Amino acid sequence: MIGKWLDIGPVTQIEPGTARTLPVDGGEEIAVFRTMTGECHALVNKCPHKQGPLSQGIVHGNVVTCPLHNWNISLRTGEAIGDDQGCVPTIPLKVDGGRIFLLREAVVPSAASVLADKAA
Amino acid sequence: MNAPASFEGAKRTGEGLPEKLVVIGNGMAGCRAVEEILARDPERFEITIFGAEPRVNYNRIMLSPVLAGEKSFDEIVINTQEWYDSNGISLISGDPVTYIDRANKTVVSALGRVEPYDRLLIATGSDPFIIPVPGKDLPGVVTFRDLDDVDKMLAAAEQGGDAVVIGGGLLGLEAAHGLSLRGMNVTVIHLMPTLMERQLDEAAGWLLKAELERRGQTILTGADTECLLEKQGPEGKCIAGVRLKDGREIPADIVVMAVGIRPSVTLAKASGLAVERGVVVDDHMVTSDPAILAVGECVQHRGSCYGLVAPLWDMCRSLADGLTGSPNGYEGSVTSTKLKVSGIDLFSAGDFSGSDGAEDIVMRDAARGIYKRVVVQENKVIGAVLYGDTADGNWYFDLLRKGDDISDIREALIFGQAFASGGALADPNAAVAALSDDAEICGCNGVSKGQVVACIDGGAHSLDAVRSTCKASASCGSCTGLVESLLAIRLGGEVESGPKTLCKCTSFTHDDVRRLILEKGLKSIPETMQELHWTTPEGCASCRPALNYYLLCAWPGEYVDDQKSRFVNERLHANIQKDGTYSVVPRMWGGLTTPNELRAIADAAEKYGARTVKVTGGQRIDLFGIHKEDLPAIWADLNAAGMVSGHAYGKALRTVKTCVGSEWCRFGTQDSTGLGVTIERMTWGSWMPHKFKIAVSGCPRNCAEATIKDFGVVCVDSGYELHIGGNGGIHVRATDLLCKVETEEQALEMCAAFIQLYREDAHYLERTAPWVERKGLEWIKGRLLGNPEEVRELAARFHISQKHSQVDPWAQRAGGERADLHQHIAEVRPLHLENVI
Ligand SMILES: Cc1cc2nc3c(=O)[nH]c(=O)nc-3n(C[C@H](O)[C@H](O)[C@H](O)COP(=O)(O)OP(=O)(O)OC[C@H]3O[C@@H](n4cnc5c(N)ncnc54)[C@H](O)[C@@H]3O)c2cc1C
Ligand code: HEM
Ligand code: SF4
Ligand code: FES
Repeated sequence: MIGKWLDIGPVTQIEPGTARTLPVDGGEEIAVFRTMTGECHALVNKCPHKQGPLSQGIVHGNVVTCPLHNWNISLRTGEAIGDDQGCVPTIPLKVDGGRIFLLREAVVPSAASVLADKAA
Repeated sequence: MNAPASFEGAKRTGEGLPEKLVVIGNGMAGCRAVEEILARDPERFEITIFGAEPRVNYNRIMLSPVLAGEKSFDEIVINTQEWYDSNGISLISGDPVTYIDRANKTVVSALGRVEPYDRLLIATGSDPFIIPVPGKDLPGVVTFRDLDDVDKMLAAAEQGGDAVVIGGGLLGLEAAHGLSLRGMNVTVIHLMPTLMERQLDEAAGWLLKAELERRGQTILTGADTECLLEKQGPEGKCIAGVRLKDGREIPADIVVMAVGIRPSVTLAKASGLAVERGVVVDDHMVTSDPAILAVGECVQHRGSCYGLVAPLWDMCRSLADGLTGSPNGYEGSVTSTKLKVSGIDLFSAGDFSGSDGAEDIVMRDAARGIYKRVVVQENKVIGAVLYGDTADGNWYFDLLRKGDDISDIREALIFGQAFASGGALADPNAAVAALSDDAEICGCNGVSKGQVVACIDGGAHSLDAVRSTCKASASCGSCTGLVESLLAIRLGGEVESGPKTLCKCTSFTHDDVRRLILEKGLKSIPETMQELHWTTPEGCASCRPALNYYLLCAWPGEYVDDQKSRFVNERLHANIQKDGTYSVVPRMWGGLTTPNELRAIADAAEKYGARTVKVTGGQRIDLFGIHKEDLPAIWADLNAAGMVSGHAYGKALRTVKTCVGSEWCRFGTQDSTGLGVTIERMTWGSWMPHKFKIAVSGCPRNCAEATIKDFGVVCVDSGYELHIGGNGGIHVRATDLLCKVETEEQALEMCAAFIQLYREDAHYLERTAPWVERKGLEWIKGRLLGNPEEVRELAARFHISQKHSQVDPWAQRAGGERADLHQHIAEVRPLHLENVI
């Protein structure tokens, strides 16, 4: 059986205050963030402005500043903050037993999926 | 909130006989529940309590003061044996229940005792979580949960020596404090970068860490335990220390594991009750079996498990209400935290992780070590973190729980209850106006309100003017708000805005921040933010990189670069492109290359699929379209051919462009290429306020375009002309001639001195061109010309800094450092049916 949640590994693989990426074959690459206070969030790794990779921005509080043109994006809602208008999809995420789980259907909308090691 | 139906059908075991209530767990929740029931209907039950611990009920949270030697066990007992006796309660202590027979409604204990029940109450609390590392079962590894644990720690402390506490949360820090007071040499190992990260933010966590270190504890944050080390003791193997994943080893005579708790559910689970993380209960604490209730840390209510006592009191009240017929259900609890370490005041409640639309109000007072942060959303307090002054903690917590609208007191909220609820005083200007003339405004410089007012009336019409005239708020800045109020009171709308502050997180300018970092010896980003009263908890994308650079420049070799505070290009040592790929530029000293290097570049371009290969304006070759995961590999290949990072991505020395000079050119006056190579070898790797370009031309024809560089050398027959402050870009600026020198050595020394002057003085993200215009050429000449001593010192400081920065970051990454920055966590692939086995 394929579970509802996709286990993407331990929380500790993301340094607090940074993000790491999860490419999805047939879907959008996902940026998984961990804030300084330890909260985790998953967003499509594309800035609503011009598709900048949000995973590479500077994280402060619950906000990431896009590396391309400095839009500030809320990690909780994916919405641009301040004068800028735009929103990037968020992926439901939960942390359980020190591991991060993403809602499978939000990762790959149509197909069932598995996690493959990059090396594999 | 319906009264649970199960109670109506509650059976009596016999006419007139009380029902039999059996409680499993003689802890805080179990006994409190019994007290609540007795208070409502003392005749209702005949009560038996089983306790695994061989003693009466005591206040578990006070184990910390017992460990610290501030309380004795007798002082923390809640219910003495007389209490059990006088209420007709049989206490069976030291004999845990091992089995619940729901069919026959009996429980069985370890010693074989069988006890029937009509109602069963499970209050088994939590078990400490033991991290599953090798050595976890060694003698000398303890947890911190009950009096036996405290006794073990006290026995160890008697021998003295080293204690390691794994876990820098509430429990761990209280254990560490106790052991430290008992004379042990304590190290706390914490996985996260911030202590108590679930209750504190970075700023408060830093203050706490600094205070604990001041008290002699060693605090290792970001430290992951790999295993526990053993040695041969007098009675066999015992604990010897802890090894971290980074290889460090810390000796230990005792290790306290305090990394968290898990609801104690084994018994409930074995008896077939609904159990998720905890024993699942409804609003009246009834489990999936109507005859069985559960309360305390072992339960899960509306999806939440709790690890603090306050929720237990609410749960016990609802439980007793339900049992005795009144229908007040439990609706969950909001919790607040205090750390019980004497001399450290710390309070935290609610949500302070910065949710959307939430606004932070921050007040810092460095002189008194105070940090206060109140989080407001839609005019309600939703969270608070207080360090150093927790007097208003309960008030904020009250506002938070009640959800009171605080718009009327918003301006004064952060100053606390006394101030905010003072009617007219809720307007900070009015409050300041009400102060007497001799009230002290600036504690650092001892400036009274009267003096500040006199200074404003005397013509100081901006914050900056006040700072420079009477020094108020010129040091730590915590009184900035008061001075601004005074300006507003005296001048109304006439207040002049001062020079631009570093960013919206601070009232200080770049210059102030740079000066104060040196004056106060500030050595980390959180420390700087605290001491300089940052108004945001973690800063922003503007100030974090600036502070990182200022600290790096101020404390070479000492400050540890904060990668999180670097722009992506400097974090990944490559330039991000608009499609999210990167470009890679290897260093070519002075613009020279070799066939071998070119071959390696060509191979790399093919191997890693560079879609564009371009010769840059700085005489380098740029490979475009490289993926971040491939960066370490392409760097390894380029390293193998002898090339290092070109720093084309950094606020750093970029390139030294040269012309062919006297070696080949018929006009050449000096060896411009050779000098360029020497300069580049001297300056590469240095971090700067902004990018920095150098060029060396062999004669005034200036083919290397030295007069639009940050530092340019134009060779002439009699020596070298040194030019500064040039820039291409949007506003082209030709250089100013700084001076002419006769030898290469002099040119090199002046180059180093000029760079260091720029590094130490300019604002972050200020190129040399605007910097030279802001400071004036005369100021720069004043520092560098006719002042050989200062030039020598500046150059010496540059060379010291270079000792620490001339490390090829590509080689480090190619060698496997910080692989997490380059690799994906994993990959998701569609699951095709044919792949399913
Ligand atoms: C050192 C320390 C400091 C703390 N400080 C604070 C603080 O400052 N503020 C705060 O809010 N909270 C604090 N806590 C947490 C607080 O103590 C707990 O929330 C509270 O004790 C939980 O009550 P409980 O009844 O659910 O569990 P417990 O008090 O642990 O009671 C459970 C009891 O059940 C017994 N038991 C378990 N299984 C069985 C069985 N099968 N048969 C019989 N008996 C069994 C256990 O031995 C235990 O005595 C602290 C905890 C510790 C350990
Ligand atoms: C009086 C005017 C100039 C003369 C006589 C002159 C002459 C020369 C000569 C002889 C070379 C030698 C090249 C070689 O053999 O490799 C050269 C190179 C070059 N010149 Fe000029 N030049 C002049 C002005 C300029 C100017 C104004 C520029 C650009 C702003 C310029 C840009 C270059 C460049 C980029 C090179 C190649 C440098 C190198 O990489 O080695 N030249 N020039
Ligand atoms: S700057 Fe002078 S020496 Fe250098 S290449 Fe041009 S003409 Fe020759
Ligand atoms: S792409 Fe993110 S700000 Fe432009």
